[in-house]
Amino acid sequence: MNLLGIDLNQPATYKDIWGWLSVSVPNLIMIIIMIALFVGALVLPFPKGKDES
Amino acid sequence: MSTDTAAESAPAAIEDFQPTTWTGSIRKKWLTTLPPEKMLPENQPAYVSSWIYVFGMLTITALIVVIASGCILTIGGVQWFHESSTGHFVNSLHFWSVQLFFLFMIVHLWGKFWMAAWRGKRGLTWATGAICFMAALATAFTGYTITTNFNAQWIAFEAKDVMNSVALGSWINVTNLGQMVGMHVVLLPLAVVAVVAMHVLLVRKHGVVPPIDALDPEAAVSASAAPSHSADTRSADTGEAATVSGAADATGEVSS
Repeated sequence: MNLLGIDLNQPATYKDIWGWLSVSVPNLIMIIIMIALFVGALVLPFPKGKDES
Repeated sequence: MSTDTAAESAPAAIEDFQPTTWTGSIRKKWLTTLPPEKMLPENQPAYVSSWIYVFGMLTITALIVVIASGCILTIGGVQWFHESSTGHFVNSLHFWSVQLFFLFMIVHLWGKFWMAAWRGKRGLTWATGAICFMAALATAFTGYTITTNFNAQWIAFEAKDVMNSVALGSWINVTNLGQMVGMHVVLLPLAVVAVVAMHVLLVRKHGVVPPIDALDPEAAVSASAAPSHSADTRSADTGEAATVSGAADATGEVSS
């Protein structure tokens, strides 16, 4: 079953960035997710805990 | 002394304690370095109420799943996790929990780097985190070499040249499946767990690093030793500065 239409049994495709940096699409996706998580962790509000009283 | 609370009297008791055995010496050293209220705290400073402080614990949670699934794979054996559907599931669980472990660890690393988390005598905490990262890389690498497929063979034979180029090929033969299995399931996991344990104990000892513009609770406790001294602190989630007096208030503690 392949819901996303991604075949993981094939070698990854690569992207050339700025002409000198070559990065595989899976690695690029992971880097983007990590940056999104990092930025989100800085700007998203944290749920309030119970107040001490 | 009858007015002292139990928490206040405990450190005094351990200071008066004169050990006569090595076990007693270890107990005194342990309790003075890392008293129970620091080891298992009920409160954390207000600035910990931020998602960026969650990723260390997420990394440890992923590590627990990695180790648990790895133990099941070890018990099941290669044939089981290559050929049975349950084995495939546990194998995938092990692989994806490793991916999450590294993902969380990288975000944790970025957060601590930009926070300059080595401040306030936390250099060893930072160093153990870096060592843990490198030990985890080695563990993951040896894991890739023991999946007994063409991918593993390719990785091992590429890495062989790397190991030879740095003069480690005589000791570490990455094409030796037995050696790689032993390193992956015993030596390196033990190293990772030991370094992580040391890292967590150091975090407990020195406290969670404050944001750069916030007051370090450890410094606040020292500053409040002077009776008339007031300290300025800042709430991490509101960004509002507040001037408070005394150690307990200066830490801006909230329930965890």
